[in-house]
Amino acid sequence: MKDQTPGAIAAEAAARRSYGKLVAFLAARNRDVASAEDALAEAFAAALEQWPRSGPPANPEAWLLTVARRKQIDSSRRNKTVASAWPHLQLLAGEGAEASDMPIPDQRLALMFVCAHPAIDPAVRTPLMLQTVLGFEAAAIAPAFLVSPATMSQRLVRAKAKIKQAGIAFRVPDREELPERLEAVLEAIYACFADGWADAVGSEAGRRGHATEAIWLGELITELLPEEAEAKGLLALMLYADSRKAARRDDAGRYVALPEQDVKRWDRALIARAEALLREASGMQGTGRFQLLAAIQSAHAMRGLTGRTDWDAIVQIYDGLYALTGSPVVAINRAVAAAGARGPRAGLAALEAVAVDSAIAQYQPYWAAKARLLADDGQIIEADEAYGLAIGLEADPAVRAYLIERRRALRQ
Amino acid sequence: MQYMLLIYGNEAGMLSAPKDMVEQMMAAYGAYTEAMKKAKVYIGGERLKPTSTASSVRAPGGKTKVLDGPFAETKEQLGGYYIIDVPGLDEALKWAAKCPGAQHGTIEVRSIWQM
Repeated sequence: MKDQTPGAIAAEAAARRSYGKLVAFLAARNRDVASAEDALAEAFAAALEQWPRSGPPANPEAWLLTVARRKQIDSSRRNKTVASAWPHLQLLAGEGAEASDMPIPDQRLALMFVCAHPAIDPAVRTPLMLQTVLGFEAAAIAPAFLVSPATMSQRLVRAKAKIKQAGIAFRVPDREELPERLEAVLEAIYACFADGWADAVGSEAGRRGHATEAIWLGELITELLPEEAEAKGLLALMLYADSRKAARRDDAGRYVALPEQDVKRWDRALIARAEALLREASGMQGTGRFQLLAAIQSAHAMRGLTGRTDWDAIVQIYDGLYALTGSPVVAINRAVAAAGARGPRAGLAALEAVAVDSAIAQYQPYWAAKARLLADDGQIIEADEAYGLAIGLEADPAVRAYLIERRRALRQ
Repeated sequence: MQYMLLIYGNEAGMLSAPKDMVEQMMAAYGAYTEAMKKAKVYIGGERLKPTSTASSVRAPGGKTKVLDGPFAETKEQLGGYYIIDVPGLDEALKWAAKCPGAQHGTIEVRSIWQM
């Protein structure tokens, strides 16, 4: 920012804090997210122009809302056709309904449920949340999802058109639908955090997501739905993983796997926060996947206090998780935990059982886990071969370097 | 908002189904239609004759071409439709899930342009 006048600073702060709230409120009445974003962008531009001169208004959010509403009505007047007359009337009907110093109703929860609606393509749900709730541009979102900015922008435009034209309502689902619909929202937030649960051998690979933003969304959903145990479970899970951020790289910037991490580099405050959330969740109705995943992280975090990892406890939680999901990825992680508890042979036997699923042959964590267990068991040639496959399937350069190093160590 | 529920199903299976199953299905559709009318969401709906009765027409440059058969050969065929008026997609999806055809086939839900 060139000119950090009080007005400019106020505009920026309001932008960060209020973006999702204002988009949600503006879009809720006519289900038109794109026009809400356009109107808000114009309001922010007006703020950046006027506030530095005249000083920030007493209630920046209300000011932005009023200007954005006016822009929304102007633009709806401009493209007035028979087809758009109805939403136009709806906007006019809402005009002046709220006094400017009334608090703006928080429709962000409804907006999150719209973004993760079953009628929206699962692949676009997370980007849609990042854009509409947090105000990210398509170009900033695209790299994490391995697509070009143009493709991402097109997907977002299409999703917003669907919300409007198919008539997806801005509302929080009722009790009976809530668990299933909430799962989709939490899933989308988790996808924002990491591009998959890939923690075999504690490799924690593939953290290409927007971790900070995902935690922000997790905080928001626990704040808006304080009675939902799984929402707390998800936030705890993300905080546990985040607490190990500093330990995940050594001083030379090399990747460090979970079992080798220096526990002194773990963030105690984040772990304590995660523990508290998980405790709160366990006292509520509805155990689920995210609480179990967080419980596994909690067991790992115990090493920071006791100096050892309770692998038997971890195997037990994985058993529960596998019973719930039947996921082969969970089975791989369970096999690694079994090796921790009862030695590499036990782990390898458990891995054999997973390998019947043919898709697993192209899954990096399977090969990384297998290579490590084979090496621990002294089967050097087989381990070398498995490392080769794991390296070939890994996209993260730091993890790849780690695996190459492990493979080289085999020959010494 | 108005929505069209397009009912797709295995036509051959339906045509060769035993008589009592067909009767059951018809009764289920009757009850479903009645429920829509009671809820005041029903605008219209019809059952279509089989795709063997279909003709497809194109008129490129004003020259009419008629082809025997449906527009597309698909695994499941369009067998009927409903038009309903509900507040939004969620309600439309709920009605679609209750359609007897959803048990064996697919209900496509499309919103209708309001002119």
